[in-house]
Order: sequence, then C-alpha cells, then structure tokens
Amino acid sequence: MSGSAEPGTELGWLAGELREEFPGLGLHQLTVERGSGRSTRATKDRLRVLSDRFAGAQAINLRHQPIPWAYRVFFRHIGLDPDHQRTPVEELALERMKHGGFRSRSLLDDALTIATIESGVGVRAFDADRVSAPLGIRPTVAGEALEGRPGELPPGTLVVADAERPVSLLFGAGASGRGVTPKSRRTLLVAIQVGGVPAIAVEEALWLAAGVLRG
Amino acid sequence: MPELLEHTEANPPASPATLVPAGTGAGERRARGDLRLQIARLERELGELFASAFPRRGLEWRVGAVGGPRMLSTGELERIRDALAARLADTRAELARRADAEEANRGLVERMIAEPAEHRWVKVSNEDVGEPGCRHWHSRPRWGILGMLLGWWRVRLSSGCPLAAGPRPPAPDAKRSPDGT
Repeated sequence: MSGSAEPGTELGWLAGELREEFPGLGLHQLTVERGSGRSTRATKDRLRVLSDRFAGAQAINLRHQPIPWAYRVFFRHIGLDPDHQRTPVEELALERMKHGGFRSRSLLDDALTIATIESGVGVRAFDADRVSAPLGIRPTVAGEALEGRPGELPPGTLVVADAERPVSLLFGAGASGRGVTPKSRRTLLVAIQVGGVPAIAVEEALWLAAGVLRG
Repeated sequence: MPELLEHTEANPPASPATLVPAGTGAGERRARGDLRLQIARLERELGELFASAFPRRGLEWRVGAVGGPRMLSTGELERIRDALAARLADTRAELARRADAEEANRGLVERMIAEPAEHRWVKVSNEDVGEPGCRHWHSRPRWGILGMLLGWWRVRLSSGCPLAAGPRPPAPDAKRSPDGT
C-alpha cells in the first residue's frame, strides 16, 4: 500500500483482564507511508503559532481539562505518579514553559508535538517495518524484557506489544531498535485511549500527526 | 468517515499467557472500580486546587506512586486514594493558612496607605498578598533623610518586575554583513 491508498486507523488488541479492569482502555494505530526527516518551514511555523497560543494560563489549567485529567487519573490507576512521570501533554507543556516555545527537532517529533498539544492525547511512533502490527496492550509474564534495557520486567508490567515482544512500556520507555530512525520508510503512529477520553479525540490525534508527516 | 465508525478490535496473540491479577472475583473488581472512581474524583479536586492556588509557590502536590505501570491490587488502590485524600486535606489547610496571612497583609497595606508614618520602612510584596507579579508597597520618607527628620512618610508602589536578565537578542539588522547586504 502506498501514496494516497494508506489505510485508516486500526484498533489494537487488549488482554482480556485489562478490558475488564479498565473499561475505555484502547490502543489506536495508523500507518503512514513515510519516515521522519527534516522539519519543513510550514511545520516550524505551525509549532511557533502553537507556542504563542499555549501560554502559562493554559499550562496551569491543563490538569482540570477533561482529556489531560483523564490521563492523569489513568496514571494513578496504574501506579504512576503524574507529577513525577508526566503525561505526554504535560511533559510538552513543561518543555514549552522552560524553553519559551515548542522546539523543532525533526518532522516526526514536530508532528507528535503538534498532535499531542492540539488534542491532549499522547502519540508515539514506531518503525512500522520493525514491529508486527497490530500492536496491543498486555501485562508481561515472567522472563520478559524490553530490548536494549537491562534486566527483566517485573511480571504484570503493562506494555505495548506486538505478537512477539514488548515494544514499549505503557506510557514509558521504548525497546531499542523499534523506534523511527532516519532510515525508516514507514511509521506506525500509536495513541492510547483511556477511560474518559472519546475515541474521536484519539483518532484526531493520529490524523493530525499523520497530516503533518505527509505534509 | 466510515473508518472512524467501523472499528473491530484485533484479537490478542495466543501467547504469551496473560497474567491474572490477585483478587479477580466480581466483588474485588467492583471494589477496585469504586476505588478508581474515588481516585478520579480526588484527582479532579486536587487539579482544581492546583489551578486556584496559582501563583502561590512552595506547596507540595506530589502524592507518590506505588510503582507501575501495572494493574494494582485493592490495597494499593486504597493506599493511593488515602494518599490523595491526605494531600488534598494538607494542601487545603496550608492554603487556608496562607489566605489568612494574605488577608492580614492586605489589611496592613490599607493601614500603611492611610498612615505611612505609623508603618515606617514596612514593605509588603505581591507575594505576601497572594497575587502574581513583583510589585511591592514600601513605606519610606519623601526626599530621603530630610523627609525622615521632618516625618514626611509615604507609601511607594514599585513599578513591577525587573526586565529579563541575560544577553539581549540580536537587533534585526545585526545579521546583515558589514557591506549592508
């Protein structure tokens, strides 16, 4: 599949007990037929406009807006402290406050930043040729590890996985060799839906990122 | 957009075997669901308090984590719920204490303005009255030592925050080459 014939978004799989335990949890993914590269002038301009629109008041009010709040709550539900390990949108908001603007890095990073800030939903990317879609969310079993990371993961750790292995922690570090590199030709965009976040917001995040990547 | 509406979830892979958390009974699950709702409500209240506390600094907002990401047991969820409730109570008490102090300082500013000579050299900042910015009220003598000797006191209101420090950004024409091109 190539060019304009790219597929739409897909729902990932979810381990049975997670579906029962966390209603509303889901993984949405979208494959884009291109890798990263240098950011375009239009993308940098868009990032600049976004920086101007996103000031201190927005950052302070972020945590009682419905979508960022839902992610904070979910972090608490899975044992993370969102004031220590920040949700994707809060991480970007903090960076905006520290540096005075959203910094342009690469086309993919800029696309993920734009999508996350515009929608409130964190989007991450994998090299579509180095993971076997569809991805899903499941707890690990004894003996599993994240490639490139020392030690085994404690059993029951929630991970984003393909059919063979964990490719990242849920809202955490990724396995080495599965991310997008300058050589990547296809990108798998992934967004996690949690309870309280409408599916349409997650879809929007993916399409926003894909739109920036496609130019 | 049909692709937005017609989703079917992919099936999980057959292996590796999934891990069943402790306490999988319906009662246990319902208890965890209730605790998650309570955590959500407390998190909302903490978020509202966070926004209303601005610009006050030095408040502790962290609750701590039990370690994740993973499915938590009922006991762990209870611990998070209790920690959130305790943090909320502590922060509310601290904010109430600060609000009392700020109210007292606002009264002091009013008295300073009414009778500057009775409040010699007293300085109250915006932070003391719970407002953003660097402004301060300062009771000081008019005309320096002469005013001090003659008892001519007044309250001066500072003009605000100092200008940002650090190197000045380059002027628009600084990028031009020496020959003006």
